[in-house]
Amino acid sequence: MRPYASWKYIALLIVTIFSALYAAPNLYGQDPAVQISLESGEALPDSFGERIATALQAPGITPTSSRREGTHWVVRFDSTDTQLKANDDIKRELGNRYVVALFQASKTPAWLASMGAKPMALGLDLRGGVHFLLEVDVDTVRKKAIENYVSELPATLRKEGIRYTGRRQNGDAVVLEFADEAKLDAARRFIAKEYRELALQNAPGQPLVLEARITDVEAKRIQDFAVQQNLITLRNRVNQLGVAEPVVQKQGANRILVQLPGVQDTTRVKELLGATATLEYRAVVQDADAGSAAATGIVPPGTELFYTREGHIPYLLNKDIIASGSQLVNAQPGIDQQSGTPMVSVTLDGQGAKRMFDFTSKNVGKPMAVLFRERQVVTTYNAKGEPMREHRDIDQIISVASIRGVFGKNFQTTGLGSKESQDLALQLKAGALAAPVDIVEERTVGPSLGADNIRQGFQAAALGLALVALFMIVYYRVFGIFAILALALNLLLLITGLSLLQATLTMPGIAGLVLTMGIAVDANVLIYERIREELRGGMSPAKAIEAGYDRAFLTIADANVTTLIAGIVLIAVGAGPVRGFAVVLALGIVASQFTAIVGSRALAHLVFGRRARMTDLPIW
Amino acid sequence: MKFFDRVPKIDFMAQRKTGLWVSSLLTIGVVLLLAFRGLNFGIDFTGGVLVEVSYPQTVELEDVRQRLAKAGYERNTVQFFGTSQDVLIRLPPAEETSSAKVSSNILEALGAAEQNIQLRRIDFVGPQVGEELTEKGALALIFAFIGIAAYIMFRFEWKFSVGAVAALIHDAMMTLGFLSVFWVEFDLTTLAAILALIGYSNNETVVIYDRVRENLIAQRRANIFEVVNLSINQTLLRSVITHLTTLLVLTALLLMGGSSVHSFAVALIFGVIVATYSSIYVSTGLAILLGISREDLLPPQDEAVDELP
Repeated sequence: MRPYASWKYIALLIVTIFSALYAAPNLYGQDPAVQISLESGEALPDSFGERIATALQAPGITPTSSRREGTHWVVRFDSTDTQLKANDDIKRELGNRYVVALFQASKTPAWLASMGAKPMALGLDLRGGVHFLLEVDVDTVRKKAIENYVSELPATLRKEGIRYTGRRQNGDAVVLEFADEAKLDAARRFIAKEYRELALQNAPGQPLVLEARITDVEAKRIQDFAVQQNLITLRNRVNQLGVAEPVVQKQGANRILVQLPGVQDTTRVKELLGATATLEYRAVVQDADAGSAAATGIVPPGTELFYTREGHIPYLLNKDIIASGSQLVNAQPGIDQQSGTPMVSVTLDGQGAKRMFDFTSKNVGKPMAVLFRERQVVTTYNAKGEPMREHRDIDQIISVASIRGVFGKNFQTTGLGSKESQDLALQLKAGALAAPVDIVEERTVGPSLGADNIRQGFQAAALGLALVALFMIVYYRVFGIFAILALALNLLLLITGLSLLQATLTMPGIAGLVLTMGIAVDANVLIYERIREELRGGMSPAKAIEAGYDRAFLTIADANVTTLIAGIVLIAVGAGPVRGFAVVLALGIVASQFTAIVGSRALAHLVFGRRARMTDLPIW
Repeated sequence: MKFFDRVPKIDFMAQRKTGLWVSSLLTIGVVLLLAFRGLNFGIDFTGGVLVEVSYPQTVELEDVRQRLAKAGYERNTVQFFGTSQDVLIRLPPAEETSSAKVSSNILEALGAAEQNIQLRRIDFVGPQVGEELTEKGALALIFAFIGIAAYIMFRFEWKFSVGAVAALIHDAMMTLGFLSVFWVEFDLTTLAAILALIGYSNNETVVIYDRVRENLIAQRRANIFEVVNLSINQTLLRSVITHLTTLLVLTALLLMGGSSVHSFAVALIFGVIVATYSSIYVSTGLAILLGISREDLLPPQDEAVDELP
């Protein structure tokens, strides 16, 4: 037999060690833990450990560990009871600026974790939790935009001195009628210049009627804006829920996927997802001292006291609202052309623009504030330390700026840092009246079902593996053992792949894993049958092994590629559970091409390679 | 251990025409079956609500039905799921479909809180999601067919491509027919099973094709029928063993995997059996009918195969 190149043994050994290392986190299991992070998403300082220690000192809870992991702080406990108790204590100590979530922390040792090794991510069907697919009602948003133009366009035309004889809304178009062509042309020129987002055309057969529609580009922008608003709002709210590892993701053109592992109470989630938020532009009252109002609690009539989101600085704001979130059309971070510094460019609709114009004409130089108001369900604690759920209005000032000049529809907020401008634009969007969302899909998996699924899945996999191993060893004897070792390595590589990619393992994924075991041995069956055939044909054992592996190689490759094609199509087109299945199938096939050929061949060479005088092989 | 002592000599190709006729008629039958009887689509495709609850003691289904009807869900389907304590409730997609309040309302109607009913699972799928899924599923099948056909054309020849894809369509149709006859629920996981079957079935076809090519080039005197028969016989044992191991793991999945992979396992077990037949009679049979010849497969320089790694 040709000696098998030693680098192949080394490669095999390295692959085995590497995958054993990266699959290892799956063996360690999990600690009950509490995860703490800042609502803003910033990293917690190292000194934060002292606050946790103080919080847990009074009730006499000793955590098994308390340390920073990434931007979160993770406190581990030895039992679920202490975890639950500590969760309440920590929440009470820290207040609402922090997100405190129950969490199953992996027991992976630090040296492994520092290499990037993580356990597989389990899908909701295996760990329990809720899954929502929300659809943003884009049509309503578009209809509202048209309505805005119906009231705004005629008003601006009047101001420009362009007279029209009629206006109305016709489906998705604003229809304007004119007395003569000169006026129509003037209007057309004006609208084309001022409203680039509108496409103009003459009504068919009516030369004096002009129709304005929103361009496709603008329609898409409106839709994206509405989806993004919702995405930001939902993310903020999900953070309040105190759920570890939540998923809030855009899916397709107008859907948002929300997955909350471990959550059971969907009523509460729906309440929170349906909370309303809005923005208010208000004047800052300067002739009264906000500091003393905050200290004494005496607020001058016609004003209200609010605090800023960052830094908790008090301001007295006029009760009158200049413009509200529903009138906000767009908010974009950008760079100020004149100063070259970051800014946020805001666009208001017609009504908002008019009030803003009226207000700014009289108040140049004075400060104006943006107030963010949200109605939420908040958990608080009474004197006995029992959690209480209540509705609470959250009112926070997100920006205060002085008015530099008179403006209406478009204006800029300057004097911001680059990150500040990004943040403000996001916050403005989140507070603008978001498009209505519908829940189009909801799946709740109870914790008992999740646990059952895991147990059944792994029992099925174990039984499948045992049956295949028994059969292969009875049928192929020593070579059967090679095949089973190769199959074991295949499983190891598959688990490593899933852990590294952090692909979500679902119940169909486990089914794929079991199926892969059946298919993966096929490569070895092909090879061994070929070896037997060559032995029958009178070839010497050493030559038969060579021929078996060599000739079967291309067949196996062809067969695997076609299965892989089906797998890749599933990954590309499939959603959710189907994709989980396909990822497992595809990874398993790629791994089997390696393990069944290189792995089992190396073993065959190792055992039989040095025997010079073999007359037969233990393959029958 | 061995099943036969030497390569069997079964004349498979003698019945190739019968095989193709039977397959064609069966496929037409399944098309009619799907058109008139259809599939037992799960809520993944139809939309609707599915609730699985677990009672602390045995429960009367009639009682559950009445409670639901009282809450305004007259068109409910209630059945036991495994034991007489676990109940599966299905509701058709409601008129005001976007409201996900349904799930909370049902729990309330059942009196979940008082009766200590444990919620195992709630699935609510809006009808628009289901429609998209059907489209996507069909699209996935078509893309898989195209991809596989292109690969076989590249590796073999177009006549083989036609045979392989015909076998895939045959297997997918037969399995759908089986699911329709036995009214097995067709959900997303079952769809995944059909697609996995396509990969698996093609695996079978490719193994035979590969042998046909090798033998066509090596045995210059034999005619095409002899070559194909020899190739099928040579690979027969391997096919038997592979199906056995696959069926072993699928049986394990069926027995131990629980309800969520039940239809997956059933669909694949049936599909694997059909694939054995179709890889012989449909794919290879059709390729012969189309007139594959030695010239189609000869590599430009007449040597390659034996020197390949």
